[in-house]
Amino acid sequence: MLMIEILPDKCDFCGCCVGICPEDAIELKEAEIRIIEELCTNCVKCVWSCPIEVLKFNRNGVKVNLDA
Amino acid sequence: MLKEYDVIVVGAGPAGSMAARYAAAKGVSVLMLEKDRDVGYPVRCGEAVSATRIAPFIDPDEKYIASHINKFSLIFPNGTEVTVPLEENGYILERRIFDYELAKLAANEGAEILTRAYVNGLLFDGGKVSGVKFEYRGEPHEVKAKVVIAADGVESRVGRWAGLKTHIDFRDMECCVQITASGINVNSNTCYFYFGKDYAPNGYFWIFPKGNNTANIGLGVGGMIGKKKSALSFLIDFMEKNYPNASILTQIAGGVPCTPTLKKITAPGIMLVGDAARQVNPLSGGGISSGMIGGSVAGEIAAESVKQKSPDLVLTYDKAWHERQGKKHIVYNKIKNAIYNFSDDKFNNIAESADNLPDNKKSLGNVFKAALIHNPSILIDVAKVFVIK
Ligand SMILES: Cc1cc2nc3c(=O)[nH]c(=O)nc-3n(C[C@H](O)[C@H](O)[C@H](O)COP(=O)(O)OP(=O)(O)OC[C@H]3O[C@@H](n4cnc5c(N)ncnc54)[C@H](O)[C@@H]3O)c2cc1C
Ligand code: SF4
Ligand code: SF4
Repeated sequence: MLMIEILPDKCDFCGCCVGICPEDAIELKEAEIRIIEELCTNCVKCVWSCPIEVLKFNRNGVKVNLDA
Repeated sequence: MLKEYDVIVVGAGPAGSMAARYAAAKGVSVLMLEKDRDVGYPVRCGEAVSATRIAPFIDPDEKYIASHINKFSLIFPNGTEVTVPLEENGYILERRIFDYELAKLAANEGAEILTRAYVNGLLFDGGKVSGVKFEYRGEPHEVKAKVVIAADGVESRVGRWAGLKTHIDFRDMECCVQITASGINVNSNTCYFYFGKDYAPNGYFWIFPKGNNTANIGLGVGGMIGKKKSALSFLIDFMEKNYPNASILTQIAGGVPCTPTLKKITAPGIMLVGDAARQVNPLSGGGISSGMIGGSVAGEIAAESVKQKSPDLVLTYDKAWHERQGKKHIVYNKIKNAIYNFSDDKFNNIAESADNLPDNKKSLGNVFKAALIHNPSILIDVAKVFVIK
């Protein structure tokens, strides 16, 4: 279950979290970010590294919106 | 667009543009793909460079220089400010224009450039990288290449797809936030650095002037700090205390990989340059000029490998970079590790020794010597920098 939440509209698409993610589980386009649930191990390193507090650990799990 | 190129470069930052230019200059066909719609924007950078280090690559031009720097001002935890003249001058760039100019120089050599082209995979031919997959205007494309140069910045995903371990320890990532603000009354020839736990523990806080009372104001903290307090909250605290009435023109986030270069920056058919290879100077966090050097070295080798029909030449880039720059970064990294763990008291002691230097003796070198007196173990590492220079 994915437990890393991306707060909507806060991401600056800077790539800092992508550079530290050990699983290559974060995909970043020009202005689109997505965590790949199947790869993510919920290690929380991306949460620590985001300079502007966009990522949060949510122990209840995060629903991935497949329509988005 | 052709079906096949000699060299494909992924990412049009300074490292990518230099690689594209140096390869194209040797007469091979080059395509550079950039996911953003504009080269040079958004600017995720403090924009400080040494004039001498970029001089071999681009003529000075006021259109990409926001201000000329000839002094550093170091501000220590107890408020002591030590100003030192620089032996080598620097610039604060307008990177939006600078990056664009570098891409133009690549285009002038014959490189093709495509923006809004998001690379999302590699092609392989018997274990060797043989091209890229990308999305362009919503359509998937595949283009073959004899050599792929990954210049995709801090994210560095392209190298991972080729089996290189490019992610770095979160403690080595300087997690940064920066604003460009006006109403900042600082000297336009001085870069200001703040040290200590209130400003930016395991990193530093900077004000880099851009002229007309505007400045880049930002900081980086190591990932270990970010765990407890984000870079953004340090910035908010600083601005409330020092410039509560400043107008904020832009705000950006960013990561600077402050480590020695990756052990392997090549694999069959692929080379990594710039932030993607972790070619940033780990002590200063400056990656513009070192990425440009990496790009130029890789571009030339890639072209030679194509022209001589010798794919193995690509693999010589590991050593070429190490000799040119990489080995210095190993030493800079050791110095960084020592300095970043300085306590506020230690910084204040350095401030005192530095402040006591007579004005005509105030130089970065002498301030550094003052720092060494308080931590002699760094001395060995510093000695090495000079020996292997
Ligand atoms: C806040 C901050 C302040 C800094 N201050 C300074 C400073 O004062 N001085 C200094 O020298 N350095 C500074 N740096 C570091 C400097 O910005 C970088 O080292 C430099 O930009 C690296 O250049 P590059 O070409 O390797 O990568 P980048 O400039 O990051 O370029 C990479 C390019 O690749 C593109 N890309 C990524 N993935 C893909 C993909 N899948 N497909 C297509 N394109 C892709 C990106 O959109 C981007 O344009 C700072 C960095 C930060 C974050
Ligand atoms: S939690 Fe760990 S694995 Fe998951 S996206 Fe973040 S850094 Fe990657
Ligand atoms: S580090 Fe934060 S701001 Fe940067 S891309 Fe990741 S989530 Fe977005």
